[in-house]
Amino acid sequence: MAELLAVRGLRVDFATDRGPAQVLDGINLDVAAGEVVGLVGESGCGKTTLARAILGVLPESAARIRGGEVRFRGVDLLRQDPAAVNEQVRGRAITFIPQDPFTSFSPLFQVGTQIMDLMKWKSPRGRVRPAALFGRYPRARRRADREAVLDTLRAVQIPEPTRALRRLPHEFSGGQRQRLMIAMALLPEPDLIIADEPTTALDVTIQAQILRLLRALVKERGVSVLFTTHDLGTAHELCDRVVVMYAGQEMEAAPTDAFFGRPAHPYTRRLLASVPGPEGEIRDIPGEVPSLVAPPAGCRFHPRCDHATAECRVERPGPRDLADGHSVRCHHPVDAPAGAGT
Amino acid sequence: MSATAAPLLELVDLARHFPVRSAFGRRVGWLRAVDGVSLQVRPGETLGLVGESGCGKSTLGKTVMGIYTPTAGEIRFSGREIGRLPRRARRAVAKDLQYVYQDPGASLDPRWKVRPLLHEPLLIHTTLTRAERDREVGAILAAVGLPDAHLDLYPHELSGGQQRRVGLARILTLRPRLVILDEPTSGLDVSVQASVLKLFRSLQETFALTYVFISHDLSVVRVMCESIAVMYLGKIVERGPTARVFEAPRHPYTRSLLAAVPRIGGRRVIQDFALEGEPPNPRDIPTGCRFRTRCPLAQARCAEEEPALRPVDGRAVACHFA
Repeated sequence: MAELLAVRGLRVDFATDRGPAQVLDGINLDVAAGEVVGLVGESGCGKTTLARAILGVLPESAARIRGGEVRFRGVDLLRQDPAAVNEQVRGRAITFIPQDPFTSFSPLFQVGTQIMDLMKWKSPRGRVRPAALFGRYPRARRRADREAVLDTLRAVQIPEPTRALRRLPHEFSGGQRQRLMIAMALLPEPDLIIADEPTTALDVTIQAQILRLLRALVKERGVSVLFTTHDLGTAHELCDRVVVMYAGQEMEAAPTDAFFGRPAHPYTRRLLASVPGPEGEIRDIPGEVPSLVAPPAGCRFHPRCDHATAECRVERPGPRDLADGHSVRCHHPVDAPAGAGT
Repeated sequence: MSATAAPLLELVDLARHFPVRSAFGRRVGWLRAVDGVSLQVRPGETLGLVGESGCGKSTLGKTVMGIYTPTAGEIRFSGREIGRLPRRARRAVAKDLQYVYQDPGASLDPRWKVRPLLHEPLLIHTTLTRAERDREVGAILAAVGLPDAHLDLYPHELSGGQQRRVGLARILTLRPRLVILDEPTSGLDVSVQASVLKLFRSLQETFALTYVFISHDLSVVRVMCESIAVMYLGKIVERGPTARVFEAPRHPYTRSLLAAVPRIGGRRVIQDFALEGEPPNPRDIPTGCRFRTRCPLAQARCAEEEPALRPVDGRAVACHFA
């Protein structure tokens, strides 16, 4: 499959009171066209920062990009003219589904107004001119956009789309608001959707409905998705490939079946083992996630790893390919099916 | 199910309704958050209370705790009705019943050090001397796995996991008999969740606790609870031993709920999952069976007649077709 997004050696620091926190430490990530990639990891591992870095919406005051590149369709977004990125990429070619559908709408405006505002600037039909706040919205395009909005609302199964547009956000349930968010992410006809834990706020039955809908829509339209989550179960549900991060480093990337069936990195194995299974065993990972202000040298998992040796403390290994599409960054990868000890 | 031990907690047709008011304060209806729930929890057992948000599981927990007064029905705690006790008598019971919120660490006063935080419950509820309290606090702190040195720290000097342990220690200093855990693992990473669950288990052994475990996470309930009660819109739809309910759920709602849980390594749930729609507004509960609006088995009878909980295959189910 053709490469759509390639992140190479990305390093991002955040300024804190105790010095710079190295939130991303040489991250590599690939998303092919039409592929659904899961980015999993525990809270604080940097998955949201990575998603924001790709979108180019890191907080300017605190975040500093120290190196690496974010290639999208072959162009490094970090070195592009920011105005051009804003016009052609952000919100157009790359869109975003937020975690919390409750706070992502303004409570004061009708849903239709908010969606049409989006279409005014980010419609795939309009030639986007430099954004003037009171710019014209040509009537013909407006009509075409409105048709597209109604079609997309039907596609995400919002009942009575015409009436729905006149309603206020509080009149929708959480599941429906997330459907609206998915519709808004699809409307600019993007190549890549970044979905930041879009189902954590929802109940399991609603989550299953939303995941099914999302997967069906992106597969039908050939859109790639980068799906961040801390829930391994939803990653298994939705994704073609899974990348796991720990403390700002990516550890392993593999097709979904290999990731859950033959994980090679000791961290992946411990993480999968801590999922409660039907046998009733509970296994945690001893130790705590390291501070990112003074992270351990080398592989950041080494203080908690059973396999760690002297070289793990000094040097972080490069990616090693194990099988087709399965790569791991570990000096001592494990070669055994999941569950066969750690 | 063993009928030998007398239940520690018994609910009989417990109901808690909230008035729904219009903008002018006039009552325009009732929100029946808990509507006729009967349950038994035996000593030493862990009962899982599961259901989707808005099904009334937290209201049920808070009504048992005495945070809400019941609208109807009885709460019996070791044989004694405690739902409508006068304030002073209720306070004596409060010692035996504790409620753990989602993040027990967040309920610590940031201006107090750990030592006074742990002494406070003993000051209020017991007449122990200072030395006795010190001994008690030390024992509890060791049980939750914290060193003595932490007694002189402020909550912000502890990590999130340690704060959580202090929060639990504070609840345990009174040696409660029943602890209600309200979504204790939601929002946690799996590895942290595993340590928290381990801690709950070891505390249950050490202090002979009985748990009511409120959660929407079925995989956690499965490993933690001996029995399970599934709620939908204020009613229990299925209740029984966890293993039995998980192996062969009989109520269509329980079936959908179990089917919706992602299973790693198996077939994708989203390929088979069939339940449509969302739970109705609890202010406007359907007639008859509450689940009929989403139920794949629903027939005319379901709209007319509300199914009662009846014993089926070693558990109780409220469905005409179970």
